[in-house]
Amino acid sequence: MQKSPESQAPASAKSTGTEKSAALAFDINGKPYFHDGDKAMPLLWYLRDILRLTGTKYGCGIGACGACTVLIDGKAARACLTPMQAVAGLKITTIEGLAAEKLHPVQQAWIENDVAQCGYCQAGQIMAAVDLLTRKSKPSDEDISGIANLCRCGTYPRIRSAILRAATLSRDVQS
Amino acid sequence: MTFSRRRFLQLGLTASGALLVGMRAGDALGAAPMPPELLGDDLVQLTAFVMIERDNRVVIGARGCEIGQGVITALPMLIAEELDVDWSKVRVIQLPYGYEETDGKPGNRYGDQFAGGSTSIPTAWKDLREAGAAARWLLVQAAADAWSVKAHDLQTQSGHVIHADGRKLSYGALARTAAARQLPDTPIPTRDPATFRIVGKPTRVVDARSIVTGQNRYGIDEYLSDALVAVMLRCPHLDGSLESVDDKDARRIPGVKDIITIDGPKTGEVFDGPLAAGIAVLAENTWAAIQGRNALKPVWKTGPWTEESSTALSAKANTLLDEARNGIEVRRDGDLAASRKRARHTVSARYEVPFLAHATMEPPGALIELRNDGALLIASLQNPDGASRLISKLTGLPRNTIEIRLPRSGGGFGRRLANDFVAEAVLIAKQAGKPVKLMWLREDDLTHDHYRPFGVHAMSAVLDRRNRVAGWSHDCAATSRTYRAAGMQDDPLWKGCLEPDDFPAGLVDNLEKTFHPVTSGMPRGWWRAPLHTFHAFAVQSFIDEIAFEVRRDAVELRLEMLGAAREIPYRGHGGPVFDTGRMANVLKLCAEKIRWKDKRDDGRGIGIACHFTFGGYTAHAFEVSMDGDKLRIHRAICVVDVGRVINPLGLEAQIMGGTIDGISTALNLQITVRDGQVQQKNFPDYRLLRMADAPNKVEVHVVESTIDPVGGGEMGIASVAPALANAIFATTTVRIRKLPLMPELLRLL
Repeated sequence: MQKSPESQAPASAKSTGTEKSAALAFDINGKPYFHDGDKAMPLLWYLRDILRLTGTKYGCGIGACGACTVLIDGKAARACLTPMQAVAGLKITTIEGLAAEKLHPVQQAWIENDVAQCGYCQAGQIMAAVDLLTRKSKPSDEDISGIANLCRCGTYPRIRSAILRAATLSRDVQS
Repeated sequence: MTFSRRRFLQLGLTASGALLVGMRAGDALGAAPMPPELLGDDLVQLTAFVMIERDNRVVIGARGCEIGQGVITALPMLIAEELDVDWSKVRVIQLPYGYEETDGKPGNRYGDQFAGGSTSIPTAWKDLREAGAAARWLLVQAAADAWSVKAHDLQTQSGHVIHADGRKLSYGALARTAAARQLPDTPIPTRDPATFRIVGKPTRVVDARSIVTGQNRYGIDEYLSDALVAVMLRCPHLDGSLESVDDKDARRIPGVKDIITIDGPKTGEVFDGPLAAGIAVLAENTWAAIQGRNALKPVWKTGPWTEESSTALSAKANTLLDEARNGIEVRRDGDLAASRKRARHTVSARYEVPFLAHATMEPPGALIELRNDGALLIASLQNPDGASRLISKLTGLPRNTIEIRLPRSGGGFGRRLANDFVAEAVLIAKQAGKPVKLMWLREDDLTHDHYRPFGVHAMSAVLDRRNRVAGWSHDCAATSRTYRAAGMQDDPLWKGCLEPDDFPAGLVDNLEKTFHPVTSGMPRGWWRAPLHTFHAFAVQSFIDEIAFEVRRDAVELRLEMLGAAREIPYRGHGGPVFDTGRMANVLKLCAEKIRWKDKRDDGRGIGIACHFTFGGYTAHAFEVSMDGDKLRIHRAICVVDVGRVINPLGLEAQIMGGTIDGISTALNLQITVRDGQVQQKNFPDYRLLRMADAPNKVEVHVVESTIDPVGGGEMGIASVAPALANAIFATTTVRIRKLPLMPELLRLL
C-alpha cells in the first residue's frame, strides 16, 4: 500500500532525548511549547524534526547561509546556531507563523515580485527582510545589502525590489 | 525509454472512462496516487495531465522536476493554452515519476521528466501542447454528440464549448462523456500561436504562496514515521576506503540507533553508486545523527591519488600543451600551418578554469522505504529515470514496483543528474531494515560532488594582412568529463569539455581543435551549461585579446567573424544549426544597450561577450570599476534570443539568475584538491555571491521571436565570465586568464 509522508506536526511538543531535567518553555508562532530533551539541540532541528515546521531550512549548519533564519523576540537569528537552552522564555516566529489572517506584507511583496526560483532560501530571506523592515521602515540600498543570506539561484535583484515593495505595503497598512 | 503517444494522451480513458468521486485515480488505473489534496473532489481525468471538476475548475499536472527553472509553471501553461481554459481557474499539481511498462518495455506515461540541458521547454513544446489539444478535442466531441452537430461547427472559449447559435456547455458538464471517447489515430492539431492567450504572458510561479508561507515541501522536508535519519561520514580521500572505525562514543549518543558502513567506488570503476566509502549514523533525529557522526573515530585508507593537487594538475595540463603531442583531434579545417606561414600577426594565450561544485542550497538527500514488494523514494531529483534504474539494480525490485515522488528541489544545476545519494540511501536502508532519511550536510556536499572539469585552454589565432582572423587553434588539456562517467564510456574524451562546432568553427577557414586528457581522481559531472561555462571564458576572452593586439574593435571583430546571417551546421546539443545572424543580433543589441561606442572617462570599463548555448543566443555586457580591491559592477546587461517565450517573467528570472550565478562563479568560486582531498568544506571556503556584491539590477532584454522555443535555464551564464574579464581589462588594463577572477586580479594588481 501507499504510504503518505507525515505532513502534520505532532499535536504537542514531545521529549527529544533521554535527559531528565526541567523542561524548557518557550513560545513558537504564538503557541506554548516545552522541551525536555537535549538542551544543546539547535533550534533548527527542533523545529524541523520534532515539530515538523519544515519551512525553516538547513543550508550550512554554521550560520553562513541564512536559510534557517527565524525571528527570536522579533530579531533575526540563525536557528542552526541557536541551542534550545538559549530560547527558554523567548518568542520564536518561523515562516509558518508570519501570516495572520492575511499574508505579511513581505510575503505579499515576494509573490508580487515573483522572487522565488527554487525557493529554498526564501523563507530565510523573508525573515531577514521582516527583521530589516522592523528596524528600518524605509530601507536604503545599503540597508538591504546588509542582508547576507545566500541565494544560489541569483534572485537578489527581485529580493531587493520586493523589500522596497514590502516597505510601501507596510506603510499603507499603517496609514 | 520508449514513449507511447497513444498511452500518454489516453490515460484515464483506457479503464472505465470517467473517474468517480473520491476514488484514487492512480489505484484505478495502475497509475500514481491522486495527491491527497484532491481526494474527495469530483474530478474527471482527460489525458495524463488534465483533470476537470464539475464546477469547471481545472487541475493540470506538472510533469517536470522543478529545480527552480520554472517548469511547474511553464509546462502547465502550454497545456492550459491548448485546452483553452482561464489560467485563473487552473490549479497545478506536481506529478510523480510516471514509469510504466507496455508489452514489457519501459516507458513513462508523462513523457520526459528529466531536468537537464534546458530541454524541458523544447520537448514540451512538441508533446504537451498536443496533450492539451487532445483533452480539448475530447470535450468538443462530447458537445457535438450532446447537440447532434458536427464538431467543426463548434468553438471553445475559457473552459466552454460554444455553438454558433449561442448554446454553450462548460467543460465540467462535458468531462464525463468526453472521458469515455477514444482519440483518433491521426495527430490532433494545435493552436495557431497567433491566438495564444496564456503562452507569452508574464506568469508568476504557481506555488509561490506555499513557498512564502513555508508550506512547500522539498525533498528534505519529507518524513516517514518509522524512518531513521542517516548522516554520514565519508572518506575524504579520492577512492579511499575505511580501514576501521571506533564507534563506541557515537553509539552512546542519545537517539543514535545504529551505525552502518558502506563501500565506496573501486578505482577505475564507473561512478554509478556512492561516491565514497562511508559510515552512516542512524538516529531518531538529525541532531542526534550529527552528534553521532562527530563522535566517530575512523581510520581511512588513502586511495591512489595522494599525490593529486590542483597545482600539479595545472602543471600537467600546461606540460601537455607545451609538448603538443598526441592531442586528440576534435576538429580540423583547412591548413592551419600554411596560414601561419602567411600570417601578419599571431596571437596566443592560455586560460585556466577550475573545478566547480554545484552547492545547491538544498543539499542532496533521499527518503527511502524498501519493502519486499516495492519501494518508495521521495527526493529532490533531476533524473528520476536514473534513480528508478539504480534502485532496481541495487535491490532487485522490478521498476514498476518503485514509486518515486518528485517534490520541489532546492536547486539542481546538474548535481542531481547523478543519483549517488539515492544509492547511498538504498544501501543504508537495506542494511538497516528500516526506511531511511539520508541527510547530507554542506561539508558532504562540497567535498563529494561530481565536479565541473578543470582545464587549461591554449588559444592561438592567425591574422592576415587586413587583420582578419584567418587561422584558429584551440588546444584544451583537461580532466575529461567522461572519466568513469556512467553512460559516457563510449563518448570521445573531449565530450563535455569541447564541442567541435562551437564558435568560431565553420567561420574560420583554417581551424584546429585538439584535446589532451589530464589524469585525475576527481569525479566529474555536468554543471549548469557545462561545457559552455568551461570553454566560453577562453574563447570570448581571447577574441578581445586579439582585438586589442591588432587595435580592432572587439564587437566589430566578432561581427566580422560571424559574417553574413546564415545557418551553419552544429552537431552538438542545441543544434542542428547555429544561426550567425541571431548571434550577431544579440551582440549588436547588447553593444547598443551598454553604449559600447561611448568613451568612458569616469574610470569605468565595459566588457562584452557572446555565446551560443543549447540553442539559445546570449550576449552579456558589464560596466565595472575598481574601488580599492573591490570590484563594483555598475551595470549588468544580458540579451537573449531563445525563440518564442513561453513565460516572460520566468525567462527573465532565469536570465537574471543565470547572470548572477555567472558573476558569483566567475569572481570567486573554485574547488581545489590537495593530497587527493577536496579542500573546500563549507560556504566560507566556497564564497557564493551575496546581495551586497551583486548588481542591484540585471538588465534583461529578450529578442521577440516566433521561432520554436528552446529553454532558458542555462543560457544566461556562459558569456558572463569573459564579459567580466573583458570589462576588468578595460578598467584596469589587467588581463585575467584564470578563473576565478578576483583572487587572480588581486594577485596581478
